[in-house]
Amino acid sequence: MNTPAAVVIDRPGLDGLIRGLMADGYQVIGPTVRDSAIVLAELDSPDQLPAGWGVDASPGHYRLRPREDGAVFAHSAGPQSWKQFLHPARQRLWSSRPDRTYTAESGDALRYAFIGVRGCDLAAIGILDTVLAGGAHSDSAYARRRRATFVLAVNCTEPGGVCFCASTHTGPAVTAGYDLALTERLDAGEHGFLVEVGTEEGARILAQVPQRRATAGDVEEAQAEVARAAGRMGRQMPEVDLRDLLHQSRESPLWEDVASRCLSCANCTMVCPTCFCTTTEDVTDLTGEHAERWQRWASCFEIDFSYLHGGSVRPSVASRYRQWISHKLSTWHDQFGSSGCVGCGRCIAWCPAGIDITAEVARLAEDAGRGQQDVSAQPAG
Amino acid sequence: MPSPPTLAIWKFTSCDGCQLTLLDCEDELLTLAGQVRITHFPEASSEVLPGPYDVSLVKGSITTADEQLRIHHIREQSHVLVAIGACATSGGIQALRNFTDVAQFRALVYASPEYIDTLATSTPIAAHVPVDYELRGCPIDRRQLLEVLSAFLIGRKPDLPDTSVCTECKRRGLTCVMVADGTPCLGPVTHAGCGALCPAYRRGCFGCFGPMTSPNIPALVSQLRACGLNEDAIQRAFRTFNAAAPAFIEEVQYRRTQCR
Repeated sequence: MNTPAAVVIDRPGLDGLIRGLMADGYQVIGPTVRDSAIVLAELDSPDQLPAGWGVDASPGHYRLRPREDGAVFAHSAGPQSWKQFLHPARQRLWSSRPDRTYTAESGDALRYAFIGVRGCDLAAIGILDTVLAGGAHSDSAYARRRRATFVLAVNCTEPGGVCFCASTHTGPAVTAGYDLALTERLDAGEHGFLVEVGTEEGARILAQVPQRRATAGDVEEAQAEVARAAGRMGRQMPEVDLRDLLHQSRESPLWEDVASRCLSCANCTMVCPTCFCTTTEDVTDLTGEHAERWQRWASCFEIDFSYLHGGSVRPSVASRYRQWISHKLSTWHDQFGSSGCVGCGRCIAWCPAGIDITAEVARLAEDAGRGQQDVSAQPAG
Repeated sequence: MPSPPTLAIWKFTSCDGCQLTLLDCEDELLTLAGQVRITHFPEASSEVLPGPYDVSLVKGSITTADEQLRIHHIREQSHVLVAIGACATSGGIQALRNFTDVAQFRALVYASPEYIDTLATSTPIAAHVPVDYELRGCPIDRRQLLEVLSAFLIGRKPDLPDTSVCTECKRRGLTCVMVADGTPCLGPVTHAGCGALCPAYRRGCFGCFGPMTSPNIPALVSQLRACGLNEDAIQRAFRTFNAAAPAFIEEVQYRRTQCR
C-alpha cells in the first residue's frame, strides 16, 4: 500500500479511534489508573485513559504523579506488559473426558486492540513473535492472538527514571509493527496527536475520525520531541558487546554480590515483557473423570525451575541471577538472533530490592575492562 | 467394587481454622464424600472408625507429652500423612513460647497453673514423624487442600510450588504493594500457595505460609526498613504465624546479635 501522509487528530479524535475499535469488535486494552499504578486493562471507555497522570520510577520504587496537562501517554512502563494478554499467565492447553478423549484448546477468538504500545514494548512483542511463533513449533494460541491484534503505538516523549531504550536501540521512536502510531503533542494548550499509518486496517480505523493533514512543521516538531526523549533516558545500558561481556563473566565475583541483595522472588522475570518461560500443571478433579493440562508462567529464579531428579541444577541465587541475565543479554542472541532486553526498565522499578540491570552490567564491564588492562600490563612471554 | 479410601482428620494444638477450610469446600464436599470414606473427623461427625487410614490430614502442633505419643500412633495407622497449616508445619503462633519461659506464661494466664500440663516448646509434626506432604498457611488454602486430595485419589503428585508469593501476585496481574505504595510485604520470602490473597486487597503479605526454600531475608529486611518499619516491627513480622520456622528464627537471632 502507499503510505498515506501523516495526519493530526485531537483528544476527541483519539477517543473516536478507541470507540471505533470497540464498535468494530476489538477488545480494547490500554493504560488506566488502578491500585496506585498505571496498569494495562480492558477499557470500557476512552475516559479510562490515565489523562493527567505521570510516573516517578527508580530502582524498587514507582509512584504516580499528577501532571498539569491532560497527557494520556506521558508515563513510563507500569507493572504489566502486553505479554499478559498475548502470552497469558495461565492458560489451559487441553482437557480430557471420562471416555479418555482429548480436546486441545482451540484458543480464544478475541481480537485485541492495544492502545499506547511504546517502542520498547513493540520491540518486546517482536521478540515474543520470534520466540513463540517464529520457530518450527509455533505456539498456535499465541500466533492466533497476535495475528488478530491491532496495535496503536506511541512514540515515547516522556521516558522515565528507569528507562534505557535509547541504548538498546528499541525506542523511543516506533519504527515498524504498528497499525497506527501516535505522537502526543501538547503545545500552547493544544492537545493533539500526530498519526502515522502502518497498515490498511489502521487507515480504515483512522478514516472514521475527524482529522487534518499534518504540516511539515507538525512532523518535524513531533520528531524533535521524540529525539529529545532519547536524551532524557533515566538510565543507559553500557555500549559494549554484551554478548561477549556476559560470556566472559561466568566466574565474576559479581554474582555472589548480587545474590546478597537478590530476593530470588522472580518479580523481574514476571514483569519482563520478553521473559516467556512456562511450566505445566496437570489437574484432575475429585472424581478423576476430568483432567486438564494448564500452562503457567515460570521463572528461572524459582528453585523448582531447574529441578531434575534429585535436586535443583541452580540451587544458589548467584547461579540463578547469572542464568537470567546471561540468557537475556547474551545467549538470547545465539538462540533468537537478538538481545532479549528492550530497555523498558520494568525489572529495575519492580524489583523490591531495587537491583538495576544496567548498573550490574556496568560493573561487569568495568571489571572486564580492568581485567584486560591487567593482562595488557603483563610483559609478553 | 473396591471400598473407597479412608480419610481421617486429626487435631493437635491449634484453632479450628484449617478443619473449617475443609468444611468450607461446600461445592466439593458431597463429591469428596462420594470418593472417600471419612472415618475420623470429630469436628464434622461423631462417627469414629478404627484405622488404618489411607490419608490422614494432621493439623496443629505438638505441645504436650500426650500429643508426642499420639502422633506416632497416627503415623503408624496412616498410609499418607499430610501436615496442614502453620501449626502443623512450623509450630504455629503458639511456638512463641519456644523463645521464652512457658512456666511464666502459665502462671500469668491461668488461675491454677498446676492443672496445665504442657511442654516447653511447640513443634511441627515433621519434628516427630515423617510427613508426606505439607500444606502451609494460617489457615491453609482450600484449593491446595483439594489439589492434594484430588492428586491422591488419582495417584499423581500434587502441584505445590515452592516459590515466592510474588509469582502468584504477578500472575494475577496485581501491582506490587511494596514498590507502588511503600507497604511492607513479606511476599518475596514467603512460600506461595495462598494465591496472593493479601496483596489482592492491597495489604502486604503477613508471611502466614512461612518461608520458601532459601529465602534471602536480610535483603528483604533492608526493604522493610526503607518502608518505615523499625527494628521491633521487623522482629514482629517474623514472629507471628511461623515464628519457629528455622529461616525466621535465624533472622531474628542474627538481628538481635547485631543490635546488641
